[in-house]
Amino acid sequence: MTALLEVEALRAGYNGVEVLRGVDLRVETGEIVAVLGSNGVGKSTLNNNVCGLFRPYAGRVRFDGVDITGADPKHIVAAGLIQVPEGRRIFPNLTVRENLEMGGYRRGRSRRAQNLERVVTVFPRLKERLAQTAGTLSGGEQQMLAIGRGLMAEPQLLILDEPSLGLSPLMVEEMFNLVRRLNADGLSILLVEQNVVQSLELAARAYVIENGRIVLSGPAAALREDPALRKAYLGM
Amino acid sequence: MLELTILLPALINGLTLGAVYALVALGLTLIYGVLHIINFAHGSLLMAALYGVFFLNTGLGIDPYAAIVVMVPALFAAGYVLQRSVIGKASHGKDQNVLLVTLGIAIVIENLALALFSADTRTIDTPYAFEMVDLGIAFVPLPRVIAFIAALAVTAVLWFIIARTDLGRAIRAVAKERQGARLVGIDVDHIFAMSFGIGTACLGAAACLLLPTFYVSPGVGHVFVLIAFTVVVLGGMGSFVGALVGGFIIGVTESLGGLLLGESLGQIGIFLIFIAILLLRPTGLFGSRLS
Ligand SMILES: Nc1ncnc2c1ncn2[C@@H]1O[C@H](COP(=O)(O)OP(=O)(O)O)[C@@H](O)[C@H]1O
Ligand SMILES: [Mg+2]
Repeated sequence: MTALLEVEALRAGYNGVEVLRGVDLRVETGEIVAVLGSNGVGKSTLNNNVCGLFRPYAGRVRFDGVDITGADPKHIVAAGLIQVPEGRRIFPNLTVRENLEMGGYRRGRSRRAQNLERVVTVFPRLKERLAQTAGTLSGGEQQMLAIGRGLMAEPQLLILDEPSLGLSPLMVEEMFNLVRRLNADGLSILLVEQNVVQSLELAARAYVIENGRIVLSGPAAALREDPALRKAYLGM
Repeated sequence: MLELTILLPALINGLTLGAVYALVALGLTLIYGVLHIINFAHGSLLMAALYGVFFLNTGLGIDPYAAIVVMVPALFAAGYVLQRSVIGKASHGKDQNVLLVTLGIAIVIENLALALFSADTRTIDTPYAFEMVDLGIAFVPLPRVIAFIAALAVTAVLWFIIARTDLGRAIRAVAKERQGARLVGIDVDHIFAMSFGIGTACLGAAACLLLPTFYVSPGVGHVFVLIAFTVVVLGGMGSFVGALVGGFIIGVTESLGGLLLGESLGQIGIFLIFIAILLLRPTGLFGSRLS
């Protein structure tokens, strides 16, 4: 049986210097899988190489059984692999509505109106601000917009890169609840986070990256009890 | 004291001039706003377009205004291909390289024109060149009235594309957030080339509107490039409204300057404005937004 996303022996980096030195990972349909690791270990590098923003040095990326290693992002988006990037990367000069519409630029174009209705039902706060310029939104609202824009593309797999970064504790809670709800509705999610405790509560399985490699992986429940992980990330 | 009967026609003349300047500047500011490059080839592409209109008229007898349906697509295609196959490739993503590449293109086009057409100044004859329109407050040459209306119409179409279409949204998205654009599946290279193509398509329209009252020579681009830069700097780099308002201000300045100081000194006002803006408000009247 093939997984939704399969990453095999992925090596990647910048200017010839490897950041990822052989990463293996898979996401099954319907799962929330967490990728954990401290700042600078290469979590975003992994996402961006999977999504085609950078070309990996070696290894394979398969999505829905198709080899997408080094493919153009537009083809990867068209296939339904959508990333909500770290730092949101929304279009600050476009309105909230235009940002959402651009989410359906490559995929889900014919069902844009319905999808937009659905997204603003998920994020009522965006509905009130549809005509507002996106750059004027608060950080939490921008994160919602970034996720909403991702949902507009009818993702098969949604990669969320540190969605809780820079949010107030209350907003973080809301964000994780949202991820749970999206998954309950059937969406497969790869959740990339530094927030170990909350991510492990949410995810079915998790991977921990250190020094460019996966050093720990398994069911989230088991990782929560892992002494090495507790020592390294939870200070216990 | 100047009579109103002299001042009004000069003012109107300046506005008609300004509308065409705005069109040339819009192309420049669009390319700057999206690609963040200053296109030094803008003037020579306008010159090439003017030759196009000239030969369509003298060779095939096509009216310069009718030539719009040929020149706009032709200049669009030229711009698209130039960006996609030369500028984008040769610059390797470095802005200073782009500058040199566009400068190189300008030199090549100008020298080609010199070699092919000599340095002669050429004009076309149209049956309506000296027809005057009574606007109630002043008599204005018909070609200038047409140029004014058509330039505003093209500007309106351009505004519609940028503000209301998917292409326009993608252009604005790429202008501010390239990474985000790639993540929604926008083909950034294609949008760059589309922006460049639309920017040069403005020159195709401008050339058709200009030639009935103007001339063409291999160096004619310089006249406009300087004016277009002034308009763009005045209005604010990358600003759409700025290019329009700036175009009118410069057109009127030139026209009134010519009236008060004489033809040869008329453009001095433009340079004074250019320098004053750089000293007092380097971001221009309308900041640096593409909207
Ligand atoms: N565009 C880039 N160019 C060069 N180095 C980069 C770039 N992006 C990230 N890096 C480096 O790669 C390493 C991993 O970064 P990143 O993948 O962003 O880590 P994480 O997302 O886990 O915090 C860091 O050392 C970072 O400095
Ligand atoms: Mg990161």
